[in-house]
Amino acid sequence: MKPAAFDYIRADSTDEIVHLLAEYGEDARILAGGQSLMAALNMRLAQPRVLIDISRVEDLSTIRVNRGWMQLGAAVTQRAAEMVVRDESTVPLLAQALPHLGHFQTRNRGTVCGSIAHADPSAELPLCLATLGGTVELRSRRRRRRVAAEEFFRGVLTTAREADELIESVRFPLANKQTRYGFVEVSMRHGDFALVALAATVSGEEVRLGVGGVADRPWVQTLPLSTGADLDAALEDLAWKLGAQDDQHASARYRRHIVRNLGAQLINRLRS
Amino acid sequence: MNDPATAKRAPGWTGQSLERREDAALLTGAGRYADDLGVPAGTLHAAFVRSPHAHARITSIDIADAMALPGVRTVLVGADLREWSKPFVVGVKQPMEHWCIALDKVRYVGEPVAVVVAENRYVAEDALDLVKVEYEPADAVVDAEAAIEKKAPVLHEAVGSNVVSDREFVYGDPDAAFASAAHRVRIKARYPRNSCTPIETYVAVAEYGSEGDYDVLSNFMGPFSLHAVMALALQVPAAKLRLRMPRDGGGSFGVKQGVFPYIVALCLAARKARAPVKWVEDRLEHLVAATSSTGRVTDIEAAVASDGRIQALSYDQIDDCGAYLRAPEPATFYRMHGCLTGAYRIEHLRVRNRVALTNKTPAGLVRGFGGPQVYFALERLVQRIAVELNLDPLEVYKRNFVQSGDFPYRAAAGALLDSGDYTAALELACRRGDLRSLLERRDAARAQGRLYGIGYAAVVEPSISNMGYITTVMTKEARAKAGPKNGAITSATVSIDLLGSVTVSVASVPHGQGHITVLSQVVADVFGLSPGDITVDVELDTRKDAWSVAEGNYSSRFAGAVAGTAHLAAYKLRDKLARIAAAQLNCHESDVVFAAGKVFARKAPETTVAFARLAASPHWAPGLLPEGTAPGLRETATWTPAQLEPPDESDRINTSTCYGFAFDICAVEIDRGTGQVRIDRYVTAHDAGTLLNPALADGQIRGGFAQALGAALMEEFSYRADGSFASGTFADYLVPTAVEVPEPLIAHMETPSPFTPLGAKGIGEGNNMSTPVCIANAIADALGPEVDAEAIVLPMTPSRIIELIAPPETPPVAQVPVPTSGGKQFSASGSINIDAPPEAVYHALHDPKKMQKVIPGCSSLEAVAFNAYRADMSLSVGLVKVTFRVDMTLADEDPMRRIRLSGRGTGALGSAEGDGRITLNKVEEGTRLDYDYAFSLSGKIVSVGARMIESATAMVLRQLFARLGRVASGASPARGLRRRLLRLIGHNDNGAGK
Repeated sequence: MKPAAFDYIRADSTDEIVHLLAEYGEDARILAGGQSLMAALNMRLAQPRVLIDISRVEDLSTIRVNRGWMQLGAAVTQRAAEMVVRDESTVPLLAQALPHLGHFQTRNRGTVCGSIAHADPSAELPLCLATLGGTVELRSRRRRRRVAAEEFFRGVLTTAREADELIESVRFPLANKQTRYGFVEVSMRHGDFALVALAATVSGEEVRLGVGGVADRPWVQTLPLSTGADLDAALEDLAWKLGAQDDQHASARYRRHIVRNLGAQLINRLRS
Repeated sequence: MNDPATAKRAPGWTGQSLERREDAALLTGAGRYADDLGVPAGTLHAAFVRSPHAHARITSIDIADAMALPGVRTVLVGADLREWSKPFVVGVKQPMEHWCIALDKVRYVGEPVAVVVAENRYVAEDALDLVKVEYEPADAVVDAEAAIEKKAPVLHEAVGSNVVSDREFVYGDPDAAFASAAHRVRIKARYPRNSCTPIETYVAVAEYGSEGDYDVLSNFMGPFSLHAVMALALQVPAAKLRLRMPRDGGGSFGVKQGVFPYIVALCLAARKARAPVKWVEDRLEHLVAATSSTGRVTDIEAAVASDGRIQALSYDQIDDCGAYLRAPEPATFYRMHGCLTGAYRIEHLRVRNRVALTNKTPAGLVRGFGGPQVYFALERLVQRIAVELNLDPLEVYKRNFVQSGDFPYRAAAGALLDSGDYTAALELACRRGDLRSLLERRDAARAQGRLYGIGYAAVVEPSISNMGYITTVMTKEARAKAGPKNGAITSATVSIDLLGSVTVSVASVPHGQGHITVLSQVVADVFGLSPGDITVDVELDTRKDAWSVAEGNYSSRFAGAVAGTAHLAAYKLRDKLARIAAAQLNCHESDVVFAAGKVFARKAPETTVAFARLAASPHWAPGLLPEGTAPGLRETATWTPAQLEPPDESDRINTSTCYGFAFDICAVEIDRGTGQVRIDRYVTAHDAGTLLNPALADGQIRGGFAQALGAALMEEFSYRADGSFASGTFADYLVPTAVEVPEPLIAHMETPSPFTPLGAKGIGEGNNMSTPVCIANAIADALGPEVDAEAIVLPMTPSRIIELIAPPETPPVAQVPVPTSGGKQFSASGSINIDAPPEAVYHALHDPKKMQKVIPGCSSLEAVAFNAYRADMSLSVGLVKVTFRVDMTLADEDPMRRIRLSGRGTGALGSAEGDGRITLNKVEEGTRLDYDYAFSLSGKIVSVGARMIESATAMVLRQLFARLGRVASGASPARGLRRRLLRLIGHNDNGAGK
């Protein structure tokens, strides 16, 4: 379990990063917290020519909370985000979800944008970003663009990011007083990737229900706020639509069961 | 063998919960583990080429490219083995060959195929990809019951079957008992393959000496009978295989036994490289290929009287030993053979044992060894007896237990249960665990419709194995021919140096249990010293230290055998000192007292000699020793219990020296919504004879309990039907963490063993045996009698529980039809629309130049025959990049309309095989391409990424056909310059295929 040889470049600025990405493209990987990348390197699942370490770029370590958004730079750790969202007026869904994300030791190093970039279908942060309708701010040498989270996640570990682009930051919408937020997940052990994770927002008569760990990407469904048989029918429909698969930890049927059961529990909890 | 002088132990250090002497070093990073120790200058590093296939013939191995890589010194391949080694000897007579690396066939994923030796591990791993191995895959069999069927793929052709041992045993008259029984209760129980994973993986450093000898440093743990297995494989006398083991081991749990084939491989690699070679197993290698507990299918039945008395038992067992019968297998069966009747008085017993080979990692020692398998069947059965006869389970236990007056009790199959009071232990558990309150909680929970259950388990915990038990696998005729084997020979040495300090050395090869602490307590008591005065040497060098066949860190043999033998060795030396002192103190040697660092005559305690002064004197003045006293202050005791005889004519065998006892109670609540199991209380009462250090005994219980909790709820080596392995990381092989493990309530009682020097028995494995089934019984109780008892399997994951209790599902009518997987693991199907006529798509598929553009990351493509291509391709899924060399064939099933495109690829991360049909339908805007694929993957990519592999492969297929569409319609795949140009003019291609 030793990585193949690679060059390591510690970038000093965002400009330098995007120039390097323009030069190396697919052959480069961004090293931020390294919580997924280092394991992939050691197992030689990834063999990039160049690692661009962005962890010391100050501009990328900033958290901005204003104009309705919490914006987290590419080098912001999950732990730093966790500290900010303790303030209920920021992003309450994240406050509920982050304790499930690995362990505090991994959150100390792992970054928010790194998790978004990795796009593990069971990961909590992509699910929260998609459920809340957040955005991903991409920057390459030639341009900047903003992609809605729901457009960003394309499949297993696959996103709309181009090889020469850096996720410069992600933006989560700030709490809306009229909205209730809820998160629940089932995992085999504390801190494991979710077997099924559910994130929901309820505002007025609308529910946005995000499901992680079932489809090949975080899946967000808008539902009318309902209860009883109507809610069950809506969740039944959703449970089948996600294309759940069996793996060694849980069957597709189990995942559908959780979507129905915990989905109803979560929405009922937020409704009352 | 009890030393009558010490049968009644004086109060002393032994029996106290002293803190561990080992911990200061271990907790401050000063441990001396195998990987920490220095290696000879010029030591090279090894990495193993491993099979991605579960079953395949090796058609060729080409090491030229690997050898050409700078830094690579040599590559050991199967062909080298024939010259320098032999296959390992095994416990059954069968023409199956197990070499240290594969010769012409691979039989499990991860099987070593070649050893690359290079200047460092990085280069060695770089070279792994350059060793080109060609395989011809064969069908695999992973299920033990399927493996014993006639039509199953055969692993070892020379054997002609996957059943390598089939033995039947009858004790008493079970047929009569079953015929006349009021009730027959049976259950089929399946025990999975799992492990107890040490933090420290295998380590070995091997050197080939100028005298044709091998010198090895390794964290091998025994049993040292395997030293002979290694020496025979290396074709050297035992003296020419020197093994050295470090002071500290980073956890073993039986598992380190499995390093021995690697030791042999590294010896040969060192010989070929003409330099010392070091290897440290990585976690992936460990989970995939190190070892596993033996999987078992047991059909167990009891003949039961109406009052719940079990009159006869019948076992029909199939062991899944994996691809090779690696020594000491089939010991998983025979370790427990003598005590198959558990804690019960059952006179009549019938047993059938079949050993099946499957395309999985060879099985071996895992803590509890054989016990979890037996008790999962036996104790589930006891619960079924209570349920089916509507009896209180505790009554069933009490009516069947061997009674306290029965000891020593000869069990039906030969175990001589040495001591105990099982009913008292049961009552202790009920009392300490406040069973009454648990029963009330259960009533209250059930009244509210909650799922709450209580389970029990009673286990007899064997310790200090009889080296002869494995010969029970042979018929008595074969045993007579092979010669008798028996005993549990143990050595310990105690010496006194020039300044009168005491050193103990043993061959117990500790892996964290605290042997140093306990030995210092035991020996300090003999000499009237403090534990801190005693130096304990647990490093072992087979060339210098006293050791023998049964030595090592297994079968919970430390407390009973090793500490007991150290006690005997210390007494030998003390007796000698007493003779010397008697002359000085003018008393009889039996009146010499050793206490508080002083030596004096019992009748004249005021005249004392300092221990150190007395003890050192024979070094300085050997001429003054009393007549008849030999010089020298080093005594080795060698002990073997007399009770361990070889199997008798009727196949009765006393498999172990001592039999401890544990009675457990578990209360669980199951969440109906998620299927998660919460342990409300866990009580475990133990009788392990005399406790030498109760705190360490508790440590053993807690550790075993945590591992057993893992076995009960989450741990499993998961194989897919094609033999690919899906648990290669700790993200997929789930070990409970501190968060998941509740604190068990521990209770002890002490019924000393009459057969060990200190009355102590083993306690290290009891919970590995009792806890999985106790939790399973609690879950079964919680789920209620309407749930099929045989559906309680391990690990009892939330998913498995929900499958049992959730209402049936009704798939929506509009479900997409499930594609046929054709025996492969996965399937995927889909459609895409292509802006070109079917002819263009068809021609693109048959045009090598175009296919090169279609195949993702295709660096080269050659047409090897008509409609057959060989291509080097790389697929990217997120940060994961997989490179394959692929052989593809195209076959027209209906020209221009239906094409079969199949491919098979191998690369550094594994192998892949896909077979499917493409149908081209002419539609208005061009072509609608439908595809329907079955595929399978194997090797590292599955071992580490099973969770996502199916979705990822489906995505890759979608991308592939999207590229085909683009190529066929004349648009070049969005790559390179064109892509940049497109982007410049603002075209944003977000399509797949990046």
